Amino acid sequence: MTKMAICTGCSLLCQDIEADVSEGRLSKAKNLCRKGHGHFQASFSERTSPMIGGKQVDLNQAIARAAEILKNAKSPLLLGWSNSTLEAQRVGKSLAEKLGATIDDTSSFCQDSLMESILSGKLPSSTLDDVRNYADTSIFWGADPSNSHPRHLSRFSYYPRGEKRQKSYEEERTCLVVDVRMSATSALCKENLYRVSPGGDAEFIEAILSVLEGKIPRVGDKKKMIELGTLLKKTEWGAIFPGPGLLYSLQGNMEILERLLARLNEITVFKVVPMVGHFNTRGFYELLREKAGHVNRVSFQGGEIAHGPEQSVMAAARSCDAALIIGSDPLSSLPFGTAQALARLPLIAIDPHRSLTTDMAEVVIPSAISGLEAGGTAVRTDGVKIEFEPILEPGLPADEQILKRIMEAI
Amino acid sequence: MVSAMEIYMLLPKTNCKKCGLPTCMAFAVGLLGREKKIEECTPLIEEKKYEAKLNKLREVMAPLESASETGLIIHPEKCFGCGNCVVACPVNVAADPTHCGVGLGPQSDKVILKIEDGVVVANNLEECKRFGPGRVLCNACTATCPSKAIEFV
Repeated sequence: MTKMAICTGCSLLCQDIEADVSEGRLSKAKNLCRKGHGHFQASFSERTSPMIGGKQVDLNQAIARAAEILKNAKSPLLLGWSNSTLEAQRVGKSLAEKLGATIDDTSSFCQDSLMESILSGKLPSSTLDDVRNYADTSIFWGADPSNSHPRHLSRFSYYPRGEKRQKSYEEERTCLVVDVRMSATSALCKENLYRVSPGGDAEFIEAILSVLEGKIPRVGDKKKMIELGTLLKKTEWGAIFPGPGLLYSLQGNMEILERLLARLNEITVFKVVPMVGHFNTRGFYELLREKAGHVNRVSFQGGEIAHGPEQSVMAAARSCDAALIIGSDPLSSLPFGTAQALARLPLIAIDPHRSLTTDMAEVVIPSAISGLEAGGTAVRTDGVKIEFEPILEPGLPADEQILKRIMEAI
Repeated sequence: MVSAMEIYMLLPKTNCKKCGLPTCMAFAVGLLGREKKIEECTPLIEEKKYEAKLNKLREVMAPLESASETGLIIHPEKCFGCGNCVVACPVNVAADPTHCGVGLGPQSDKVILKIEDGVVVANNLEECKRFGPGRVLCNACTATCPSKAIEFV
């Protein structure tokens, strides 16, 4: 039977997926990119089962043990959340309040400064549908969407025809890449690749600003920079997609990017659309910003809201005494020192899939995969809320139900 | 992908015209366009001194045999499934403007390219602009591929 599904493989949340599911298996899928297809296929392999200290137990025992660990901890850390639905994130935030815990997501040293600027209105943003309808210049800055968000260019930013862009990539759209290296995306816009040296993005922004003022830039190929200035001035509606490359290079210095956008918007229309990784990273930022005033790195210890570098996972991993990790694998993805500090703690892992973190965890609680086995709401990378229904029979409880049961048991 | 020049280097280069074409270079282009077959070059087949060249020619021509009528070769192992070609193909857009045209997956059966199980597949090749004698050398799908998963002979 063919079902329409939503792909939760990346933050584009593609809604046009046709999945043939028979006997609990994915027999055929249309319109799924390779990344999404891998995400769907993975739901049938390497699944977790409830465990305490490496021994198989039943789900109730695992939940009771998780509640006990959290209850006895003085300063627990709740980490993950980017791969959970808004509903689960809401329960997670209440759990953090109840426990006086530190709550942080998986991108607390990367996307958060950008998202703070966008959500506070310092950087102008728009939806991806507007990009499709109006944009004539798309700039991928330190990003390679062909790999990270495979359908980005075909659905929104370069190839589709939009309301005001009927001739699309053939005549009306230009795609630029600013990166330290050649990438799959830069192969699509060869003449418009601007190479910067690692860490040289701030300098490059300064160079653009001086070109826009009519001055000769200090860095880069002067002729090419002047061409870039002309192109930006001629743009009717532009979009910048900052990837981790730009954000790591700026190291939280959003002021210079804000200055560039302010200058560009004096000349024409320019928007910034973030490219978050996991499917509901933006949902977590928006939720926490609304409830606690900050996009992430928040501690509720002693009933007071604290925010700062001490609340990030890097510092909290060393200062907390237990951690609940949901839908993420920090032991593989974080730097070794932080991963080692986390591994020494009693860990509770809520994850549908086996990972290094679930292997090292004291308690493992299996959950349904959001989008495939559990429904809910998620926020796309540009801020559009999308609701989805499960397409497979949920054999396991969703993140939200597990968290609610842990809350009740505390 | 093999070029006409590489094929020419493996032919007798005598311009004997036995294949019906005026030069060996023309025959090489014919081979590449799959209008001619290797067997039509009788000296190459019959004369012993060309045996090594014949074997080499068969070797370089082998990948071309998997190409479709329009010369399309898809390497599924390289494909990202990004759908750039699906959205860029002018025939796809004409066949399904409300979906392919605006970046969504095609709903119509008349489209040429679509994404199935994470990789691109081609159907309805007779609709392709490269099909038949009056063909146009359209390259919308190959030019928009980030991973060179689509090629034309």
